[in-house]
Amino acid sequence: MSILLDENTPFIVQGITGREAVSLTRECLDYGAGAQVVGGVTPGRLGRQVHGVPVFDTVEQAVEHHGGPIQGSVVTVPPAFTKDAVLEAIEHGVELIVIVTERIPRRDTAQMVERANEKGARIIGPNCLGVIVPDVIKMGGIGGPAQDASKAYTPGPVGVISRSGGMTTEMSSTLTAAGLGQSTAVSIGGDAIIGSSYAELMPLFEADDQTEAIVIYTEPGGRMEAELAEWVRENDSRLPIVAFMAGRFMDEMPGMSFGHAGTIVEGKEDTAAEKIARLGEAGIQVAEEISEIPDLVKQKMGATA
Amino acid sequence: MRFFEYEAREIVKQAGIPVTDFGFATSADQAREIAERIDGATVIKSQVLTGGRMKAGGVQFAETVDEAAEHAEAILKLEINDHVPRGVLVDPRAELEHEYYAGVVWDGIRKQPVMLFSDMGGIDIEEVAEKHPDHVGRAHFSTLRPLSDFQAKEVIAATGVTGRPLTRITPILTRLAELFLERDMTLAEINPLGELADGSFVALDAHMDMETEARPRHKKLLEDLGVGSEETRQARESTEFELAGEEVDAMDHRGVAGNVTEFDGNLGLVIGAGGGSLTLFDAVRAHGGDPANYCEIGGNPSVRKAAGLAKLVLEKPGVDKIAVMMSIVSNTRVDIVARGVVKACLELGYDPAEKIAIFRVPGAWEEEGFKILDHYGVEYTDRSVSMHEAARRAVEKIPSSA
Repeated sequence: MSILLDENTPFIVQGITGREAVSLTRECLDYGAGAQVVGGVTPGRLGRQVHGVPVFDTVEQAVEHHGGPIQGSVVTVPPAFTKDAVLEAIEHGVELIVIVTERIPRRDTAQMVERANEKGARIIGPNCLGVIVPDVIKMGGIGGPAQDASKAYTPGPVGVISRSGGMTTEMSSTLTAAGLGQSTAVSIGGDAIIGSSYAELMPLFEADDQTEAIVIYTEPGGRMEAELAEWVRENDSRLPIVAFMAGRFMDEMPGMSFGHAGTIVEGKEDTAAEKIARLGEAGIQVAEEISEIPDLVKQKMGATA
Repeated sequence: MRFFEYEAREIVKQAGIPVTDFGFATSADQAREIAERIDGATVIKSQVLTGGRMKAGGVQFAETVDEAAEHAEAILKLEINDHVPRGVLVDPRAELEHEYYAGVVWDGIRKQPVMLFSDMGGIDIEEVAEKHPDHVGRAHFSTLRPLSDFQAKEVIAATGVTGRPLTRITPILTRLAELFLERDMTLAEINPLGELADGSFVALDAHMDMETEARPRHKKLLEDLGVGSEETRQARESTEFELAGEEVDAMDHRGVAGNVTEFDGNLGLVIGAGGGSLTLFDAVRAHGGDPANYCEIGGNPSVRKAAGLAKLVLEKPGVDKIAVMMSIVSNTRVDIVARGVVKACLELGYDPAEKIAIFRVPGAWEEEGFKILDHYGVEYTDRSVSMHEAARRAVEKIPSSA
């Protein structure tokens, strides 16, 4: 199986007429079994089509046209309009919202997440590439065009969670080359506040029969890795975790942010060194190089089998 | 984006929180005028975006107007941690009965803001939290619903504060929390919040950080404070090389070829994307390499921009070769990056095979990219060579500086 979505998950693309959204829609339609992109929303563009997908002014119109609940939405609208688009999706029963947009202030993200929590919806991102179930479906730009995504991702036992969209593909490709496929790979986004953290996705992977190990990509900034370490200690997880930490050089440059907005180090617990120590204490192996990850995963999987 | 103290205090004042009758001066004469207006003992404080002012001698006490002017003169010349002061703040000296702390920050795990209060003000809140946890009150609050005073009251009462201080501080903490959200701050702190002899309260120092992404929403405030859009207020000022990087990125709106940070090594880096750049920079250093810069390519930049970035790095004094490396790309086209970096070498009169230590950008349109590199004899690899291995090969090609 997979987490978050499968081949029967219909979704819409909000901001579908934007340049990036048009190619993202094509990619999702082409990949695996072909995503059910049941509509797109761009205010004022009712009646158009993008690769055969009907465009609506409102989410409500899209739901009405679909004739049933729409589970997912990929949000690609500009930062100033993202919060409104997400609140609209939540209001109309969308349960899984992938926010691709970058440069969204934390206040907006916090408001979207608070509303999602009230209504039982889940947010992935912002500043992410989405979710992919290898050979089945992808929701978002993750992996790129269908043929490129097929090169990097194959079905298998490893769940991938990454704060970097590009590194989700790099790590999955490395796993694939070593004969380790992926159950689901999630690009969770590079911002300081995101809808779903490692620890929040772990129970989903835990409940997924296909998943036998987890690989995560981490960075300095924030307490998400500490939260994961706490989760691992408090829950007797069956899943071994292998981590990779990028941006170690940032420890020498406090107050500066590189790569993603969320890498800003604001406290003692945020540094790469501190995170590596915490992950290690929780029994999470931290690889020095990406190329070591497959062997570490195989060792760990052998040990728990 | 951090504000200077005099700006932060202005923000606090605008939110209806009482402040002293302070003034900001950029010359000793101006400082004298403010001291004359205050007509009493003053404190002269250096306006720098760095800590340790007191220790460095950037805060001085004056009894007379002449003394205030003298201190201002000295402090204006005093560099603190390599920061030249923007000016000095001239503050009436307040006799304090007690010092408190009030602050608001984000909690990225709960995904909500949290207000903090301590009756042990004037010192670092992290230290208080560590040594005297019962003297720190805290509570998360909603970003959707309006704040009510009782939330602040509970936080303050939790530290044992009661009586008139409790009722007087409550609206101050509430206003600080509101201002934190309204102004898109990532940190809003009043420390110390001073209690005067007459029982009134006043913000004696304030620290405010606004989220960079939210700056466009607060144009009016920034304009009023005189903060120009060119002021990034990063932890360190941008270098000329970094500013030139911004110009490259601004050539057109296609993709990113920028976020350049200067280092002093000999291996120029043309790397991407966000996470890939972090990984590759670490990888170069892990193999003993000495990067000349950090940068990010992403989102499919134009050939012109990729070439502009490569040229900038190639022309940086001390750069021997460049390494062109990225994690697997899906929306950036490999051939465009290849074309850009080769073009940069040719335009500068270099042999691309000589100047490009390695090209490791696998992904979309790679066959086309590899054809171009073949033509110029540049060493390249596909995804079968890891990012760390590519970094190692690049470092090996740089003659050791010894």
